[in-house]
Amino acid sequence: MEWLLDLTPDEWNAVRLSIKVATWAMVASLPFGILVALILARGRFWGKSILNGIVHLPLILPPVVTGYLLLLSFGKRGPIGSFLAEYFGIVFSFRWTGAALACGVMAFPLMVRAIRLSIEAVDRRLEAAAGTLGANPLWVFATITLPLILPGIIAGMILSFAKAMGEFGATITFVSNIPGETQTLPSAIYTFTQVPGGDAGALRLTLISIAIAMLALIASEVLARRVGRTMEIE
Amino acid sequence: MTLSVDIRHQLGAFELDAAFESNGRLTALFGPSGSGKTSLVNLIGGLIRPDRGRIAVDGRVLADTAARTFLPKHKRRIGYVFQDARLFPHMTVGQNLRYGRFFRPRQERYADLDAVVELLGIGGLLDRRPNLLSGGEKQRVAIGRALIASPQLILMDEPLASLDEARKAEIMPYIERLRDETKIPIVYVSHSISEVARLASDIVVLADGKVTASGSTREIMQRLDLLPEEERAEGGAVLELEIKAHDDAFGLSILRSGESEWRLPRMDAPAGSLVRVRVRARDVMIATERPHGLSAMNILAGKISEITTDDGTEARVKIDCGGDILVSRVTRHSVRALGLETGKSVFAVVKAVTFDKANTASRVEGGTKR
Repeated sequence: MEWLLDLTPDEWNAVRLSIKVATWAMVASLPFGILVALILARGRFWGKSILNGIVHLPLILPPVVTGYLLLLSFGKRGPIGSFLAEYFGIVFSFRWTGAALACGVMAFPLMVRAIRLSIEAVDRRLEAAAGTLGANPLWVFATITLPLILPGIIAGMILSFAKAMGEFGATITFVSNIPGETQTLPSAIYTFTQVPGGDAGALRLTLISIAIAMLALIASEVLARRVGRTMEIE
Repeated sequence: MTLSVDIRHQLGAFELDAAFESNGRLTALFGPSGSGKTSLVNLIGGLIRPDRGRIAVDGRVLADTAARTFLPKHKRRIGYVFQDARLFPHMTVGQNLRYGRFFRPRQERYADLDAVVELLGIGGLLDRRPNLLSGGEKQRVAIGRALIASPQLILMDEPLASLDEARKAEIMPYIERLRDETKIPIVYVSHSISEVARLASDIVVLADGKVTASGSTREIMQRLDLLPEEERAEGGAVLELEIKAHDDAFGLSILRSGESEWRLPRMDAPAGSLVRVRVRARDVMIATERPHGLSAMNILAGKISEITTDDGTEARVKIDCGGDILVSRVTRHSVRALGLETGKSVFAVVKAVTFDKANTASRVEGGTKR
């Protein structure tokens, strides 16, 4: 068992970095995820299916293509990347932030799907009832809609986190594989498999990946159950 | 409080074209299903925007398409009790009740939480979740929730329709208390005569999206022709009688209105209180002389004030018994055989046992004889 816990500094870095990247990807995409899910679930406008298509694109495109598109647009010379770097000092290329962006984009369709389904399941008559009691649309959303879709939001967050932990293709294309900066667990495992004698390291990181995935799953179960207890639908 | 509605609204192939004014304490919108009652309260409550027309409460304009005014539902101060209660499943009963108060500025709040809880008998439910309540309890909480938001008007859309008879009987007294003990006017949607006759002070009759009649409950209930076919059997006179005494030996109550005395099954109200009873037209017989040797206990002298017939089997005869108008359904044959005509002195005969829970209300609190 000794060899299992005896991680090299680089391996520890990969674990820490992966958790950081996945957490940021999940948290930063959440507001956008809720907004887009709301628009897709409730909106009536021309071009809704186009928006739906764009949101789902990362799910269907080869990850390498998504990564390359990110490189083109968010890279140092890309239109968005150069703008953000110049005016806000935010740089994505070859930084861990870029890895988080790639993971967030790849996980976005999964998050939106989960939240959208829960929004569509909300009984809109409850929202009308809240309106007659004096709540304006913003309050109705905060006090009725949001609590009712909480299980969907949690499910979306967990899916997004899990997807981000495993993201490989888009990340390595966009921000490469720099130990300590952009080398996440999957990239690290990939690197181990490419060098002689790297089997032990690859296995260690694989087992750690499994452990983190299991923990996330259990956490989501516990959360969902707690939410469900306070919110059994009539 | 005056509610005035003059609205045209198209819903698919259905056209609602309704105009009425009411200042009753409890105005019933009455009509068969599909007559547009629910659409009408949804328009008043602001859940639907009218195509054309105007809605105002006491001069406060809620919607006026000519002036391009439309007050959204959260600004209307109209409580809405839905048929399906619509309690918020993620809140306790107490949180549901307090929900509307939060949005009401302090100076506009008049409803007292404790008083409402007491009025509706829901004190024991406050910490429960809505999914653990019975249908009747849910509906009482829904009424309380609307009340505590301190509305200027309460809309009730068939609040009893989804409940069984026992639950209806459980809730009706609370709605009566609401009507009699609070000052908030109520608009009550129903297709049930027994509910309307018991609860309403005024009735607006709807059919096919149009108002066919409106007026006081007494007036409308006598007009059997206004009632939908399937409910016509339930129609009749609505009287307010004063309890004189109880005859506990035989389980009867003795009631009076003017000169006429009534004997009805024992009621739960103390002597001296006013009760509302509905005398179904089908239960009233007519005799040209005072009958003897008859089991029926209520024999009232009166004069025929009106006879209406159509080509069918029946005639409707209105009998003025010292100010109370009774309505009787008899065959046209009997009208001919007995020589019934306007102005003729007759006796109206009603069996005491035709009165049951469905057509006798509990006391009219603070009610004064009209």
